[in-house]
Amino acid sequence: MNLTVNGKPATIGDKDTLSITELLAELKVETPEYVTVELNGDILERESFATTQVKDGDAVEFLYFMGGGR
Amino acid sequence: MFSEEQIKRYSRHIILKEVGGKGQQKLLGGKVMIIGAGGLGSPIALYLAAAGVGTIGIADADLVELSNLQRQIAHQTKDIGVPKVLSAREKMEAMNPDVRVNTYHEWISAANILNIIEGYDFVIDGTDNFAAKFLINDACVLAGKPYSHGGILHFVGQTLTFIPGQSACYRCIFPTPPPKDAIPTCSQAGVLGVLPGVIGMIQATEALKYLLGMGELLASRLLIYDALAMTFRTVQVRRNAHCPICGENPTITELKDELDALNVCDLGQK
Repeated sequence: MNLTVNGKPATIGDKDTLSITELLAELKVETPEYVTVELNGDILERESFATTQVKDGDAVEFLYFMGGGR
Repeated sequence: MFSEEQIKRYSRHIILKEVGGKGQQKLLGGKVMIIGAGGLGSPIALYLAAAGVGTIGIADADLVELSNLQRQIAHQTKDIGVPKVLSAREKMEAMNPDVRVNTYHEWISAANILNIIEGYDFVIDGTDNFAAKFLINDACVLAGKPYSHGGILHFVGQTLTFIPGQSACYRCIFPTPPPKDAIPTCSQAGVLGVLPGVIGMIQATEALKYLLGMGELLASRLLIYDALAMTFRTVQVRRNAHCPICGENPTITELKDELDALNVCDLGQK
């Protein structure tokens, strides 16, 4: 499956589709419980990670908390 | 109109045809509130003062510490132990006597923030903890005040500009704060000294553009800067219909302090 992940092309696994939860695990995303996921421009609800599927051609952004400033 | 000295001082603005004398007058009449006088707040305060933003508020309860000086360029070795807001004001006034600096030597809270930001045209988040970042967002959404969010960690920073009623707010992206100490935010995490300078300068640029009414703001665009990869990326973010404060059915209708989001180290190491 070919995705755009954080603005870069990425080939992920050998399946046609993955849930967001599976994708987070596949990509070994750090602190997955705190990441915000945007799929094709829409921010996903955390509760829908297990049921939302990504497929070939999708664009996924992982957005992280950044709390520093001083 | 301008004095002779002002014509010289602001000549590089005035000769920009997009700014001109009219634009400089807008800056001199502009009022910007900076919350936090540290890594982000220092360069923001100095550059906005240099640019001739006429009224600048700056809020911070902290005192200057030696470990701040690696990045907080408004403060100098002689200022250790001095309230950051007073140290910053001294440098801003020395740089540009046209600027009126209002200092707020206190932490922002649900009880005082609306009073503090009232009367300012634009607010800038230069704080270092999620409790403050969410509070600033909520106060600006509820008060209909444009503001610039900034956050940094290690070698990466991000910034977003909020325009009331038009663009996505911080909670559209991050609906609730992370539990305390889940995400490093403070002295334990470390930060490359120049990083807040880069992000702070972008925030200051947004404030100037807002006051001048020109250019494209970072509205509904989260800019992510990675100092190691040396990349700038903007991610389009839409307004979120489920946003707890600016969505269709908001669950947050009044300000409250997100005490769970206060990091222990934000308090304990003062």
